[in-house]
Amino acid sequence: MTSIVDYLLNLLSFIEIDASLLLIFVILIPGIGLFLVMTVNAMVAVYMERKISAFMQDRLGPMEVGLFGFKGGKKFWGGIGQTIADAIKLLLKEDIVPNDADKKLMLLAPFVIFIGAFLTWIAIPLSENLVVSDFNIGIFYIIAMSSVGVIGIILAGWSSNNKWSLYGAMRAAAQIISYEIPIGLSLLLVVMVTGSLNLGDIVQWQADHRWFIVHSPFTFIAFFIYFISVLAETNRTPFDIPEAESELVAGWMTEYSGFKWAIFFLSEYANMLIVSIVASVVFLGGWLSPLTLFNIGIPDNWMFLDGPILGFFWVLIKAIFLIFVMMWFRWTFPRLRVDQLMYLCWKVFIPFALANLFFVSIWELIF
Amino acid sequence: MYKILDKSIIGADEMVLNMGPQHPSTHGVLRLKIITDGEIVSHIEPIIGYLHRCFEKHCENLSYEQIVPFTDRCDYLAAMHMGHAYSIAVEKLLDVELPERVEYIRVIVAELQRIASHLIAIGAFGLDVGAITPFTWTLRDRERILDLFEQLSGARLLYNYIWPGGLAHDLPPGFVDKTIEFLDYFEPQITEYNDLLTGNKIFIERTADVGVMPKEVAINYGVSGPSLRASGVDYDLRKTDPYSIYDKFDFNVPVGDGRMGTVGDCWDRYYVRVLEMEESVKILRQALKSIPKGDVHSAMPKKIRPKKGEVYSRYESARGDVGFYIRSDGKNIPTRVKMRSPAYCNLSVLNEISAGWMISDVITVLGSLDIVLGEIDR
Repeated sequence: MTSIVDYLLNLLSFIEIDASLLLIFVILIPGIGLFLVMTVNAMVAVYMERKISAFMQDRLGPMEVGLFGFKGGKKFWGGIGQTIADAIKLLLKEDIVPNDADKKLMLLAPFVIFIGAFLTWIAIPLSENLVVSDFNIGIFYIIAMSSVGVIGIILAGWSSNNKWSLYGAMRAAAQIISYEIPIGLSLLLVVMVTGSLNLGDIVQWQADHRWFIVHSPFTFIAFFIYFISVLAETNRTPFDIPEAESELVAGWMTEYSGFKWAIFFLSEYANMLIVSIVASVVFLGGWLSPLTLFNIGIPDNWMFLDGPILGFFWVLIKAIFLIFVMMWFRWTFPRLRVDQLMYLCWKVFIPFALANLFFVSIWELIF
Repeated sequence: MYKILDKSIIGADEMVLNMGPQHPSTHGVLRLKIITDGEIVSHIEPIIGYLHRCFEKHCENLSYEQIVPFTDRCDYLAAMHMGHAYSIAVEKLLDVELPERVEYIRVIVAELQRIASHLIAIGAFGLDVGAITPFTWTLRDRERILDLFEQLSGARLLYNYIWPGGLAHDLPPGFVDKTIEFLDYFEPQITEYNDLLTGNKIFIERTADVGVMPKEVAINYGVSGPSLRASGVDYDLRKTDPYSIYDKFDFNVPVGDGRMGTVGDCWDRYYVRVLEMEESVKILRQALKSIPKGDVHSAMPKKIRPKKGEVYSRYESARGDVGFYIRSDGKNIPTRVKMRSPAYCNLSVLNEISAGWMISDVITVLGSLDIVLGEIDR
């Protein structure tokens, strides 16, 4: 397993350039690439969310805005350019800062949240070799970095000098910190079985045995604990209480507008994709084709499905399916209350995740 | 001068939170002054009057006919009910006998209006607890009723249709068939709402046992309509004090039974509205089957000039017990018109039943009371 950084270093070492310049290249190229991935992801996901919600609510969704000469209207290309129009609108909007707000912190908050999402991307593998840097502590790094964002949320809520923002921030802090525990415990189970924190090794283990979701009943439960907990971690319905629009107007984002708000939005959708990719890599076999779901004798000439290019495709298919399920939840379920959310975390998920950890170790001893 | 909240009731750890008048779920321009300790709410004070339009004072300067459009604007989600309630009061004052056909058409439009209003109520209640899709589904079906009303009166929201002594127009051709077609479409939809929202575990968690309004509290505060019936009081003016021709129809009065929690909780208040829509469908089917022929304008007085006297009439609107008190001095304009607003009384119970709960629950309770600010502020 090689990473993009290694590949670039190898490639550029043939050219005689200064080492510090080389370092800048190696940092900049994946950085710009990741930023593009995040932007494109947000645009596609917003379009997808709008169309899915429209489908579920008997509406048409965006239908008018076209793209590159494809006119809108009731054709197949209906509204394909809507998110680009939205992005331009957001960038052109006035950046409103309340008079009594803590201006420096308010400016800082979106960037902290963005950095949290951005740094997590470094360890996210999109395919066997398509990872910016191949950490040997990949899972640990992802868990650590995805909790950086909560600092930004608290900053945003506090600096806005708005009671709704403060409520949203406090709810978000409590919720995200609590739900990190079941997420960590269910990922720990995988680490325990495979004996490695490296995402590449985990997928290799699944290739040798079977996908984690079907490995044992306990890993099956762990997948659901993980998936429901990341809904809370990414503030998606039914756990969207930090930004509950019918209660807290817009939660911690109430006072934000324009570009800063766009950054929040970008990070939110980036986080959705991150948790979906982690779920698909850790539990659903990552870049392995569905043929490897159970370790049954597949003829070798069928294994072309697991190539490096198709691997990228499988990761994305699995992740997009999980994102679709998240959107499905959002447009179907009501929202939980704060205390019910905490009850679910501390009294249901954490005991179950701990018991899971215990039983899976016994399972591994026996089988 | 309005008295600011009594400082002595605010504790050291508590803060005052202003909800509204511009807030997504105060159902209009209601402002709630909430004293909270973190998420726990200790006191709620509704502040009303942002939509005050001097309805009652206007009535003292307008002739009886000119008041009709103003009544529509009181409860803009159930405009037919307001016009009907006012017309009944004026007819009582004039002592007119209405043709049978007028009464039938009035019942038909009133029950269609009740369905439309309850659809908004349950959809918006779903929105308050965070489910967005039920709202668009209920609006989709309400749209069909609005289409029917548009054929009937030309307007979609403020119909100006029911007049003292009769109706503005007779039914358009094909209206009865279209209404039956709508009912055939609508009845299965109720099951669909139940599948999507009513039986949802999270929805039940959020609404059952929350904001319980005991029978005594409801009666003491003068709560009426579905909110009262959800508390287990079998009180519906269509049954207990029948007006129009409601005594001819066979229907039940759904009462809250605490199926998911306690009698009188938010879930009951929601579900009573769902059941009431089924009953309205039942009434509509009977009325559409036996609607007689006749002239809807025959009893309409040329000029409304009642004798000296006063009258109070009651009407069961979608929100509750609407009362119209009219006093006449024998002129063509009333001396005094007083409207009893059901949503006003229903809102007054908010502090009693939602203090001690969380901010999210205040929104839930407010949504379950189904208030319309146009009617509260008048």
